[in-house]
Amino acid sequence: MWTIQIEDFDDWRSTARKLIGNQVSPSDVQLFDRDGQQSLFGDLPALGETSGATFRVSRKFVSLAQAVSYHRDFNRWNLLYRTLWRIKNEQPHLLEIETDSDVHRLIQMEKQVRRDAHKMKAFVRFRKVERDEKEYFIAWHQPDHRIVRRVAPFFSRRFKGMNWAILTPDESVTWNQQELHFGPGVTRSDAPGFDELEDLWRIYYANIFNPARVKVKMMKSEMPVRYWKNLPEADIIADLLTDAPKRMEEMIQQHEGFEQTAINFIKQTLNESFTLATLKEMAIECTACDLCREATQTVFGTGPVKAKVVLLGEQPGDQEDIAGVPFVGPAGKVLDEAIENAGLARDKLYLTNVVKHFKHIATNTEGVLRKKKRLHQKPNAREVRCCRPWFDAEWSCLEDAEFLVCLGETAARAILGPGNKISEVRGRLLSTDYCAKTIVTWHPAAILRSPRESHRQEKMRELIKDLALAGV
Amino acid sequence: MTQLPIIQRKLSILADAAKYDASCASSGSKSTRKESQIGSTEGTGICHSYTPDGRCISLLKILLTNYCIYDCQYCVNRVTSDTPRARFSVDEVVNLTMEFYKRNYIEGLFLSSGIIQNSDYTMEQLTLVAKKLRTEYRFGGYIHLKTIPGAAEELITEAGLWADRLSVNIELPTETDLKQLAPEKKKTQIVGAMSGIKDKIDEIKSDRESGMRPPKFAPAGQSTQMIVGATETPDNEILKTANELYTGQRLRRVYYSAYSPIPHADALLPGKSPPLVREHRLYQADWLLRFYGFDVNEIVVRKDKNLDLEIDPKLAWALQQRGYFPVDVNTASREQLLRVPGIGARNVKRILSIRRHQRLRTDDLKKLRVAWKRAKSFVITEDHNPALADLDRGDLKQLIAPKEKQLTFFDTFDAALKGEL
Repeated sequence: MWTIQIEDFDDWRSTARKLIGNQVSPSDVQLFDRDGQQSLFGDLPALGETSGATFRVSRKFVSLAQAVSYHRDFNRWNLLYRTLWRIKNEQPHLLEIETDSDVHRLIQMEKQVRRDAHKMKAFVRFRKVERDEKEYFIAWHQPDHRIVRRVAPFFSRRFKGMNWAILTPDESVTWNQQELHFGPGVTRSDAPGFDELEDLWRIYYANIFNPARVKVKMMKSEMPVRYWKNLPEADIIADLLTDAPKRMEEMIQQHEGFEQTAINFIKQTLNESFTLATLKEMAIECTACDLCREATQTVFGTGPVKAKVVLLGEQPGDQEDIAGVPFVGPAGKVLDEAIENAGLARDKLYLTNVVKHFKHIATNTEGVLRKKKRLHQKPNAREVRCCRPWFDAEWSCLEDAEFLVCLGETAARAILGPGNKISEVRGRLLSTDYCAKTIVTWHPAAILRSPRESHRQEKMRELIKDLALAGV
Repeated sequence: MTQLPIIQRKLSILADAAKYDASCASSGSKSTRKESQIGSTEGTGICHSYTPDGRCISLLKILLTNYCIYDCQYCVNRVTSDTPRARFSVDEVVNLTMEFYKRNYIEGLFLSSGIIQNSDYTMEQLTLVAKKLRTEYRFGGYIHLKTIPGAAEELITEAGLWADRLSVNIELPTETDLKQLAPEKKKTQIVGAMSGIKDKIDEIKSDRESGMRPPKFAPAGQSTQMIVGATETPDNEILKTANELYTGQRLRRVYYSAYSPIPHADALLPGKSPPLVREHRLYQADWLLRFYGFDVNEIVVRKDKNLDLEIDPKLAWALQQRGYFPVDVNTASREQLLRVPGIGARNVKRILSIRRHQRLRTDDLKKLRVAWKRAKSFVITEDHNPALADLDRGDLKQLIAPKEKQLTFFDTFDAALKGEL
């Protein structure tokens, strides 16, 4: 029985070459780590140099052996030699038989080293320190196997432009932006104990976690607990888990918006679809959003079912709310004038609004009677979404409609999508999902609100011009 | 939260808002960009941490802002939500990415955004972050940019110059679903954006093949995400959409995200736990589609057009197609082996390699860690396999199906990661 001390992979490779060349059977030799057990049997007698015809092994074996050489198992050099011997003398394709017990064990060891190396790449946490106005990034890490030399080149590629050091109990490595230096192992107290950025990192960690999906087993299998002591984010795991059920419950309990939309009020069967008349009836009962509470009544669209031109506004105003008919107040008067000047007839048009109830706030006006005045308020996106099925249903009844006029931004966004600005889309013929000929123009109320007479006149001219396109 | 300094508050809001994006992959870019000083991409990504939901942290996944003019109902950031809002500046995102990266917390950046002003403006801001990281900081780490629906093609093209991966969310499996829950998004527009990216990737590739040296363009390709369980659409429709995207747009990955309850949820969406088992089965079916030679039309075998939740889709198929079995592991083709329940793609490779030298026995299969319980009634081995007698039994499903076991997210993730069925 011979014993040989092995320093590293290259040493093993040259030793194994000589042993194979001298036909030394694996049962006659014991290979040890140099820093391991001292030889009990004395050194190997000089082996004869083998002839120049060196043998080849597959690249697969070399890569396997390299990985295994970093493993802590003291028997790895012997196992590698025995496998090499068997490949040379018994079965050249031994590595392909993964069910063989030697191959199986080597592959297991290789996997463990690979995994450990991968976890080192993942779990090293640098802490920044400044010395002599220079930044250094220093990490303390405890790998399972002696993998520092295997992994260090990765860090030098990744953090090329940084001065860094990784300290472990077995070995340490530093990079000065030029080359790697390896040194002895150190203790944890040699590494910095703090980095102010870690608070920010923990905030990120806490907020990217979804408490609706707690899977602790999965987390622990990929991030084993033994690594936690060197991971700043692991400090808050216990707290996150304690709070998770409560947060999840809150997420399920808390709702926003309305529980229904107009869809819930549109009744139809397979045999009997709705008409404009039945829709109008159904809309009276609509309570999908909260606007119905303060409004007098639903103001549904009006006009002939055969209408070729459809005008869509925002919502009824004060007088419309009382009359129950769209466009009968001051804005309605402006619209009437524009319609006439554009050469259209109001009774041939279908007029309606995106939102069917009047949204407003009540304020007290000055004066003897202290009469309450109702001020128009713009409907929000939630209310628009809620009410929109009414217009969709109206539109589906208007089979002859070939021209859709959106009056103002609320109508324009309901038809064209959010983000559209009236100043950018006004006056151009557009093709939309609703209608191949869609046009956006001023809402008559916008004309009324314009502070200057010249602006009012210009907008009125544009409204007339845009409406006239529908008459062509 | 108000006592937090401003950057902490922004980070907490904009990370919280980003967590519903399933993708965290940082793989696919085979070589590091030249001129990089900090950062590398070498093919496979690294998961730097895991949160208690079992998901990995690979990238700093944040939104530039969660202000949004859109109203997608499954989304916490929709315009009609009362969620607190914040907006990062371009420099804040750049600094955060660099500082986290230098401490080895992350592989890079996954940046998405709510839509502010309009699609083009938002896309420009996202691109600016990536450009600054690459050109001013010589950052070589991974960058995944979410493209903004409706952004101009040339803006997306510019984004592809700086990013490793681009993605366009398909969001929901069908046009009808989109109409119902994301009224402002259109399938044609979404698929159009994907196809624009695909064309550009092809163009760069053909330039390279003809000897030119074109700039990098989204070297890690494109991916997408589909929300599952927010509408009634069955699994076979979901898989058909995924298949169209794999074949038509050559996506690298389709992520399925079980609709999870969100804070500030819209009242129209019923609150419930996410259907994790369904998500898991979809990932398994997705692997059958891509790596096991299954056609999209044969994977879903149930009449209700959904996958069986109790057993994996390969086993479900095998139970329906008993005539295909038994398969002899010592003589069967690769295609046949891939269809055996419990034998994954990697084990098929191992079996083909081993049997060139020796015949396989049942013990060999167990040693390879084939899922023997699922496989045993479908395979012929060198020695006697008594379980083969069960192949034609009517109650075979009950014999094999796991007993009332709560499926954990571990299984889900495992399948999504390794794809061994």
